[in-house]
Amino acid sequence: MNYNDERYFIDSDTLSPEALERKHRIETDPSARSNHMEYMKGMEIIKSDIHDKVMGHVDSVDFSKYTARDVLAALDHHTCTVEDFKALLSPAAAPFLEKMAQKAKLETSKHFGNTVYFFTPLYIANYCENYCVYCGFNCYNKIKRMQLSMEQIEHEMKVIADSGMEEVLILTGESRAKSSVEYIGEACKIAHKYFRMVGVEVYPMNTDEYKYLHECGVDYVTVFQETYDKVRYEQLHLLGHKRIYPYRFDSQERALMGGMRGCGFSALLGLSDFRKDALASALHVFYLQKKYPHAEMSLSCPRLRPIVNNDKINPLDVHEKELCLVLCAYRIFMPFVGITVSSRESKEFRNGIVKIAATKVSAGVSTGVGDHEEKYKKDDGQVSKNSEVDESAGGDEQFEINDARSFNTMYKDISDEGLQPVLNDYLYV
Amino acid sequence: MMENDKLVLGGHEFNSRFILGSGKYSLKLIEAAVQYAGAEIITCAVRRANTKEHENILDYIPKSATLLPNTSGARNADEAVRIARLARELGCGDFVKIEIMRDSKYLLPDNYETIKATEILAKEGFVVLPYMHADLNVARDLVNAGAAAVMPLAAPIGSNRGLSAKDFIQILIDEIELPIIVDAGIGKPSQACEAMEMGAAAVMANTALATAGDLPRMAAAFKSAIEAGRNAYLSGMGRVLVRGAAASDPLTGFLRD
Repeated sequence: MNYNDERYFIDSDTLSPEALERKHRIETDPSARSNHMEYMKGMEIIKSDIHDKVMGHVDSVDFSKYTARDVLAALDHHTCTVEDFKALLSPAAAPFLEKMAQKAKLETSKHFGNTVYFFTPLYIANYCENYCVYCGFNCYNKIKRMQLSMEQIEHEMKVIADSGMEEVLILTGESRAKSSVEYIGEACKIAHKYFRMVGVEVYPMNTDEYKYLHECGVDYVTVFQETYDKVRYEQLHLLGHKRIYPYRFDSQERALMGGMRGCGFSALLGLSDFRKDALASALHVFYLQKKYPHAEMSLSCPRLRPIVNNDKINPLDVHEKELCLVLCAYRIFMPFVGITVSSRESKEFRNGIVKIAATKVSAGVSTGVGDHEEKYKKDDGQVSKNSEVDESAGGDEQFEINDARSFNTMYKDISDEGLQPVLNDYLYV
Repeated sequence: MMENDKLVLGGHEFNSRFILGSGKYSLKLIEAAVQYAGAEIITCAVRRANTKEHENILDYIPKSATLLPNTSGARNADEAVRIARLARELGCGDFVKIEIMRDSKYLLPDNYETIKATEILAKEGFVVLPYMHADLNVARDLVNAGAAAVMPLAAPIGSNRGLSAKDFIQILIDEIELPIIVDAGIGKPSQACEAMEMGAAAVMANTALATAGDLPRMAAAFKSAIEAGRNAYLSGMGRVLVRGAAASDPLTGFLRD
């Protein structure tokens, strides 16, 4: 596939000629970039066999070899094996999407009944030291940067908590310099006062840092690998800590070693071969679950979205049907795993997928920094673009969201679908 | 149902032998489910009850029902004990169903940790109902630890596969003097009926109802099945015995005094 990476490259008019020259050089000349497989100073190396187990499958899979018969056999099996899962992800599965959805729905209902869990993300800073070419927070993107003070964080959290939400996911851009572990920890301590469940989606850390965050009240760590394809990973993550593929890969394991209850995984579909990335994401969960059987795992399935200053970014060949197929395959392969579908997807898609495979949705979402009050004032479920919010209110968003329903609207819509919204199913013990 | 056939748990008497789960379906259906099931005991995860004002599951459970809070989410005895104490603080009463899982995939109970938690909580005055694998030695330990009943799983939770552990549950029924409450994996009323015919003291179900098209009606179906199974058990199962047939004429009639 021609990925046409040039579409990602946007030059800012605020960069000096030297900075611009450096940017162009790392974009076009691989030899100007660092070794993405080599750990940077301070990065903890753990002994783990998970990567080899996962990538052993991913590197050798040939999706074209699976036939309709393999897909039907996979749907017929009581336990979905890794081979069955590969068949369900293969192109041969496409005509059987409805059958897969029916099986997925059955598995979801057996394990989760009629319930759908709610959470909201809260971005507390958007400073970032990485150059990930598809991300709105990337260090070369000219956006309004912001970091909330503890007073502002508390205010935002109060606004969100007052709406009824009980689970929060705290996010930052990936800047250790601006958003230190201690800064994130303090934010989590505040979150622990207002929410029953606190998760983080921040830069990967060492085990002792995850342990510290756990002590601050965090119990869930989400890290997206973005793509498991090392070649594509190298081409898309050009600068910063995030460039180091193996350190990112082992994040969830370090989080569990640090005492976290659970962790979230994902590839960002549209960056590489989505079937291989879906296979890798699920096997990452599969093998870590075997190693840490007590851990609660969840999978997300985000697709690429447009960002500030670049509306050309899209998820390539991953249309809604492909996304649905991946989610159904996840559910059939791992019936016990939570599946989150974020506001990157449309209202219609989210209303439909919660009846099939998804068990968790975000609501009342802002991917900007410090603008929940503005958004929540409107509370009509119609705010969809940053432009509708006072630009001076906060920092720019990471990506454009697609479903901006408020907590109340979401609650009503999910209830109207015959499902039971659950705000909390969690105890910090 | 025969009069005076009570289910007794920790000195408390119940007429119904159907324990209803609450965690997997619409809150608005709980009241109807309780009513159609004729259930007097309803379980509730403490972690679901640990919520703010918005849609607290406890508000939907009829006040007449006895609440059986469970410790789901606990990974060891210490966590289960803390969750049980929290349940008491939340006003959930003294009943507690111990659920300790160190496996997020199958949600299978950890018998060893369950025994430890049972001992601690029984000493604190809880009416302890431990969820466990049907293992005779563990069941005896639970009796000694102060459990009010023993709750073996029929099949993996949510599997609707029925009495996969039937032979081992029968051993518990035969050997343990506490009520044996069959929990988890019961997928349809006939399976609940079979458990009761075996001599189980009660049956618990959640997913089977939650995934039914008409939840209150399925609750009523379970109620009938459980009552039928109980009556069959109490009636002595007639001539069609579960374990071996009886000849109409004595086989040993030829023996002289």
